[in-house]
Parts: sequence; C-alpha cells; structure tokens
Amino acid sequence: MIEILSASALATVQDLGRVGALRWGVGTSGAMDPLALAAGNILLGNDEGAAAVEVPVFPFRVRFAQDCAFAVTGADVAARLDDEPVLPWWCTQARAGQVLNLGLPQGGTWRGSRAYLCLAGGVEVQAVLGSRSTQLRGAFGGHEGRALRQGDTLPIGISKAEPRSTDFGLVPPALALPLQVDGLPAVRVLPAAEYTRYSEASRAAFWSEPWKITAQSDRYGYRLAGTPLEAVSALEMRSHGIVPGVIQVPPGGQPIVQMRDAQPSGGYPKLGTVIEADLWRLGQAPIGSRVRFIETNWDDAVAAMAQTRRWLDEARRLVDLRRSQRGGR
Amino acid sequence: MSGDQGSISLLGTSALLFEAPGSMALHSQQRIWALAREAESWPEVREAVPGMNNLMLSFAQAPRALGELEARLHAAWGVAEPLPLEGRVVELPVVYGGAGGPHIGDVVAHTGMSIDEIVERHSAPLYPVYALGSHPGYCYLGGMDPRIATPRRKVPVVSIPGGAVSIGGAQTGVSASEGPSGWNTIGSTSMRFFDPAQDPPALLRPGDSIRFRVEKVIR
Repeated sequence: MIEILSASALATVQDLGRVGALRWGVGTSGAMDPLALAAGNILLGNDEGAAAVEVPVFPFRVRFAQDCAFAVTGADVAARLDDEPVLPWWCTQARAGQVLNLGLPQGGTWRGSRAYLCLAGGVEVQAVLGSRSTQLRGAFGGHEGRALRQGDTLPIGISKAEPRSTDFGLVPPALALPLQVDGLPAVRVLPAAEYTRYSEASRAAFWSEPWKITAQSDRYGYRLAGTPLEAVSALEMRSHGIVPGVIQVPPGGQPIVQMRDAQPSGGYPKLGTVIEADLWRLGQAPIGSRVRFIETNWDDAVAAMAQTRRWLDEARRLVDLRRSQRGGR
Repeated sequence: MSGDQGSISLLGTSALLFEAPGSMALHSQQRIWALAREAESWPEVREAVPGMNNLMLSFAQAPRALGELEARLHAAWGVAEPLPLEGRVVELPVVYGGAGGPHIGDVVAHTGMSIDEIVERHSAPLYPVYALGSHPGYCYLGGMDPRIATPRRKVPVVSIPGGAVSIGGAQTGVSASEGPSGWNTIGSTSMRFFDPAQDPPALLRPGDSIRFRVEKVIR
C-alpha cells in the first residue's frame, strides 16, 4: 500500500485506458503519456498496462507502507526517497516507511510535465469496465472515480518480478525518439474531414507557426493559441465519434486538441488528428510552452506506431537481460 | 451513385469516420445501426459507434492499407437495410422550469411561445435514441419539434447537474452526470442513466425511446 501525503490535486490513477466502452458514451481516459507508463511497468516486470499514479502537479509525496520496487517515469522530477536522490526512468527499491518526494520537472534537453509513479505489482484498484483508469466525468474507475487526496491509500498488486532485481533504467523516449521543428517539440498530424474547408492561409499557418498551450489545458483537452483558423464557409456538424488527438476548431478559430479524458463524441469541425504515436509528446508538453505540427500521411503514421512498438519491445528485451543476469547469481 | 456513397475520413490512426449522405432522419439512422452491426464483426474494428447519421469505427489495430476497408465500408452501406431496433420505451418524469430549468426563459424569448406551449411541444413526441456519446450514459435523441429549436448558448454553462433536460439547436437531451454544457436547460429529471456496476452500464441504447412526462411546470 502507498499513502498520499500531498494535498496537491489532480493526481489520478491511470492505465493504458478503457477501450471498448465508447458504445455507452464512455471515453477512454488513460495515461497522458502512455509510453512512460508502459516503460515504467516494463522496468518493474509488470504487464505494460498495469495502473500507476499520474502526477501533473508538484511537489507530490507518498509514503510506502510496504517494501516495494518502483520507477518514476515521464518528466524528470528530481525524485528523492527519504534523503536519497532517485534516478528518473530507473527501477528502485523502497522499504516500508520510506517517503518518496517528487519535485518540480527539471529542464535540460527535454522538460516534461507529468510524472508516473509505477509500482511493482501495479496500483491494484478495482478495474471498472475493463480498466483501472479514473473516469472523472463518470466518477468511476481509479480511486473512487476522482483525483487523489491527502490521506488516500492505494493497494499494490502482487509483483511477478524477482524482488531484489532493481537498480537499472531506460533512456527516456524523449531522448531516444526525439521530434522537433525549429527547436520546438513537434507532433505529427493527419488531416481530418474538414481540413480542406479552412482557408489556404490558415492551413499554411497551422503547419508553419508555433502554437502555445494555454492555461485552459488539462486532461480533457489542450486549448491552443495562435493565428485564428478561418473556415472558408460556415460549417455545420452533426455529433459524431471522436478520439483523443482530434483537433477541433470552435467558432473563435483557436484549436482544441482532445486529450485522454476527451468526450467520445463532438460536433466541432476537425482540422486534423495528432497521431496516436505522438500523443504522448503533447501529453508531456507543459502549459505555456509552444509546439509545432507536422503534416503526415497514413503510411508514415502507421510506421510511427510500429517504431514506438519497437522501442517498447527493445526496452523489454534490455530489462529482461538485466534481470536474468542478476537473478542468475 | 457516388453522391449516395457517404464519405470516409480519418481520425488519426485510431479510428475512421463514415458520414452518411442526406438529411438526419430515423430511416437513415436505422441504416447506420445496420452498418454498425455489420462492421463490428470485422477483424480490424474494435468498436462501431453510431453518431448522428454517421458511424465511427475504432481500430483494434490500425490496418496497414485503408483502401480495402474503405471499399468494404462503402459496399456495406450500399446494401444496408434499415434496422428497426424496437427497443424499450422509458418514461421520464420532468419538472419543467424553476431552479431545475434555468434557461426556459431563453427558449421563451427565442421562440415567442409561452412556457406551457414549450412544455406541451417538448413532452409530446416519443424520442428515439439515435446514439450514445458525450459522456457515460448520454443519449442523442431524434424527433424534437423544430418549433422549439433554440440556438446553443453563446457562453457554455460551467456545470449543469445530472438529469438536466435541455435544448441545443434542433436537438434535445438529458445529461447523465454533472458537467459543462452549451445547451439551454429547461427542466430536470431524477433518472439514473449510467451505473458502471450494471451490465450493460448504460440505461438506454440505440433503438430505445424516451417519453418526457410532465410532472410539474414551474412558471
């Protein structure tokens, strides 16, 4: 069990999302940086989709009520276990009673905004409709269907990994799979149904200008600020299914990228969709920072997914290798 | 024939959207239901989710080549016969106006009708559930009297409670849980639309119908 010591809001239990419940109006939720969650689980010998704690506000502190291996992935948040520094993307052993403190995201070559506290055995809250992710709008899943509060305790599942096989890590994908344009983080976008209904100047601006992530951005969506996008003619839409990554353009012309807690349907015109392989990059982009969009096509978008998959498979191979070396002694 | 084919667009690599041609009507929506039933058996499809005169297919795994899937989808639409899902009729007692219907005055102002006329027109039809979406258990309904259509609010309301009965443009609906909304709330009901512990968790499904029964009108 771990106990939440911080009062800081907005930390939630997440896994890789609740798929298969769209027919009941239930969006997927899930980690804003699924690559960090999956990699943390790989480090700990968990299934890739085991639940973890997603932390977007710092500092954040938890106490371990039992011995437990853990990894902090995602943003580098200068973690400390009692007084000892903890490396990011590193499998570390905690003893019962120790306190883990996550500090502010660090700069350097890449600054993320969300950290994942992954635990050997995973956060063992009850799965609802096939997932442990918190469904904030529906108030179910995760821990009591809500963000974590001071004093909450989370149960830990039984670990499948050798308990003493810790102390190794991974190179974060932000460094291993970088994507930038003119020094800014970039994400690839597939044009969507209403793309051609925007003026040529607006389409050009969309690809060539930086877009600022405004303070009105959260797990539901990122509201961006830049040159307003103008439709050639008024667009009237019928409600239809949407997915995380869809870039909607409300009448004001400032786009909103749907994120993991997005509604499963919407009615605003869609300029494009941030491809699934790159959505983690946006999930890690801090409020106030700027991003660039790169136009892509189906084949390249599918290839990008395969590249992400290969990165995870390679991480699994490296971790298994380390574990077998240690276990063999 | 291409005008009748419908259009297909991408939602990234996670899903695609099929939009049926023509106007919004029950007959067309019944063909969407038929298409959904057919497409959900395809191996690359995780879910086939009806919208309003459209259908989203979410992928279990992104198909390598899209052309074959698109052709299959167009062909399936071409032969889709209306599927008359004869679902349940659920009656919802509604308190119109008052604290639970704070925007009924805006509907009065827009339509020029009295509260009683609005209530009469809103509670008269049997509303078929066309699709679920927006939030857990929420139903998109067809069949509202166009004379009480009222534009969405310029500034969305930060939060309306679960059970809020509202009008947005030519549509009406009932929110299933508390959340933001740009629609005009004209009344309230206490029905529970979603319970994750039940199977299925949503009270209603496409093909069911809602009847609003006037429990009380607060003028």
